[in-house]
Amino acid sequence: MGAMVLRRIGIGLVLIWVVSVLIFAITQILPGDAAQIRLGQQSTPESLAALRKELGLDKPMLFQYTSWVGRLMTGDLGISTAGGATIGSLIDGRIWNTLFMTGIVALISVPLSVFLGLLAAMLPGSRLDRAVTSTTLGLIAVPDFFIAILLILFLGVWLRWVPAVSYLSGTEDFWNKMRVLTLPIVTLVVVVSAQMVRMTRAGVLNVMGSPYIEMAILKGVPRKRIILRHALLNAIGPVVNVIALNLAYLVSGVVVVETIFSYPGLAKLMVDGVQTRDIPLVQACAMIFCSTYVVLILIADIASIVSNPRLRNPK
Amino acid sequence: MSATTTDIEQAGVVSDQEAVSKVGHAQVADEEFLFEELPDAPPKQGLRFSMVGKIAIAIVTFWVVLAFVGPSIAPYDQAFFIEDDLQGNIIDDPGFMFPNAQAYMGTDYIGRDIMSRIIYGARTTIGIAFAATMLAYFVGITLGIAAAVAGGWTDTVISRIVDAILSFPNIMLGLIIIAAFESSIPLLIGLAGFVYAASVYRIARALGQDIMVQDFVEAARARGEGLWYIIRREILPNAVMPLATDFGLRFVFVILFISSLSFLGLGVQPPVADWGSMVRENLQGLSNGFGFITTADFGFNWATLVEWTTWKTSSNGGAFAVLAPAFAIASLTIAINLIVDDISAHAGGSLAKKMV
Repeated sequence: MGAMVLRRIGIGLVLIWVVSVLIFAITQILPGDAAQIRLGQQSTPESLAALRKELGLDKPMLFQYTSWVGRLMTGDLGISTAGGATIGSLIDGRIWNTLFMTGIVALISVPLSVFLGLLAAMLPGSRLDRAVTSTTLGLIAVPDFFIAILLILFLGVWLRWVPAVSYLSGTEDFWNKMRVLTLPIVTLVVVVSAQMVRMTRAGVLNVMGSPYIEMAILKGVPRKRIILRHALLNAIGPVVNVIALNLAYLVSGVVVVETIFSYPGLAKLMVDGVQTRDIPLVQACAMIFCSTYVVLILIADIASIVSNPRLRNPK
Repeated sequence: MSATTTDIEQAGVVSDQEAVSKVGHAQVADEEFLFEELPDAPPKQGLRFSMVGKIAIAIVTFWVVLAFVGPSIAPYDQAFFIEDDLQGNIIDDPGFMFPNAQAYMGTDYIGRDIMSRIIYGARTTIGIAFAATMLAYFVGITLGIAAAVAGGWTDTVISRIVDAILSFPNIMLGLIIIAAFESSIPLLIGLAGFVYAASVYRIARALGQDIMVQDFVEAARARGEGLWYIIRREILPNAVMPLATDFGLRFVFVILFISSLSFLGLGVQPPVADWGSMVRENLQGLSNGFGFITTADFGFNWATLVEWTTWKTSSNGGAFAVLAPAFAIASLTIAINLIVDDISAHAGGSLAKKMV
């Protein structure tokens, strides 16, 4: 097992490296370089050359890449081309906001969707199961912002329970912060849980369909015992896998949700960076998001190895 | 064919002229179904849709037809600002008007007719998504089948590149590429096509590998058929049905992807109407609600309701401007999902399982 897990970690590291190369390559195919963008219209050939030298843009591509990665490793994320602040200072506050929100979303959505998924899988074909599967199918089929809009309209505009915009001044106490964050959190919980419920249900049903469960049914084990003793333990692996995968999907969900609620998080910062074409900022944010994504998928992979005896002890 | 003719002639011998012609007609009408009528023919495998499936097909057809004929039936141009009312008086504030006799679904934040923009948007949204999905399928299937057939290092190289693409969240790849190149419609099509080609590749390769080891491919090889013949006559026909169902789902993902980008302001650029960007543009109007339902307890504001029903213009219909395009996207994507669900339930539910 150790060798397999190590192999996966190795693959994960390679993927993060590939991601960094791709991010760097895509953002460097640009016709104009960072110096040109930063100086804009008033650039003279001399000032361009000077700034290029200062930013190291006159060096070969490979050198630029390695120095970029080197600076990333040491935590120096560079300087934003729009505004000139260091990217580290821009990201610092934002990343905690995003982590705070996604953390709460994970705390709510994981137990909720595992519970619903188990319930639906225990009673396949029942009214509850059909209600859960069709609702989640509908939720998966619509854009994230559609769910957000309906929630704003019902909870924010008509019922006036919560504010429709999630602006944080930084001085709120915990409960006020939660009130402000209700809508984005509920939206993300709905979006992520819909997937997670379906995948949990499918994973558990898969276990329920296996021969040893049939054996247990045939020898007359009570239903409750079959589910709790036989199925659940073996379903833990697939469920952990599902959870890690869906937390990885949160990376995409957070982009739309932070924008719609103007929440001052990392994703909003990145979208703003894309709009102003602030390449160093986009590179840094993309590296953070994509590495998180790769790591979560890696955890999902490892969870399925650790929980599966056949993978754990390969012959 | 000759057997049928003999049957008719024999029938003519035993009965009168009229019967002959009757039997003859019956035979002609049945000719194409002859195979199904054999006693040991397999049961007919027609696609039968449930009620929900039929409604879903109607919705999708509606939007597709609108995408084709839209601009010729839209009341206004997508970039036309309504400035005068029907009597020719200048409207003070044409933004976020309630639905009225002039603009049946109200106006957007700067006074453009929402219905016209939804109709134009059908063409933009569906057109871009369709082109991107076709591109993804063309690239994905070509590379996937090539990898399955060629195997070896071709397979390894393409598969590793695809793994690299799939290690990005789709939306991140979109953001990075748009940051580098600036958004335009061709870029969006290329981007979505490229991103989703990776997942199509995986499916096509898996299908191709499954089919490659079947006996009939072995047989074709043994009788000396060329590679091209095997791809064209053995692999593709067997991969078409699963890929066709997947196409529907992929199309939904592409619509969601592109409208999310448009919603972020990074997709289709103004003044072109696109459902995702329409939601974004009018987002500020959401806080208006529907005008007549404003207070905390859903109490009715009669004055605005009367105004609305008498189709007087009034400037607090902001929620319509947001909900109309949002519902347009949702109705299309849910309907396609329901159709795919219906088809896969019919096909034994194997695809429904794959989907989750």
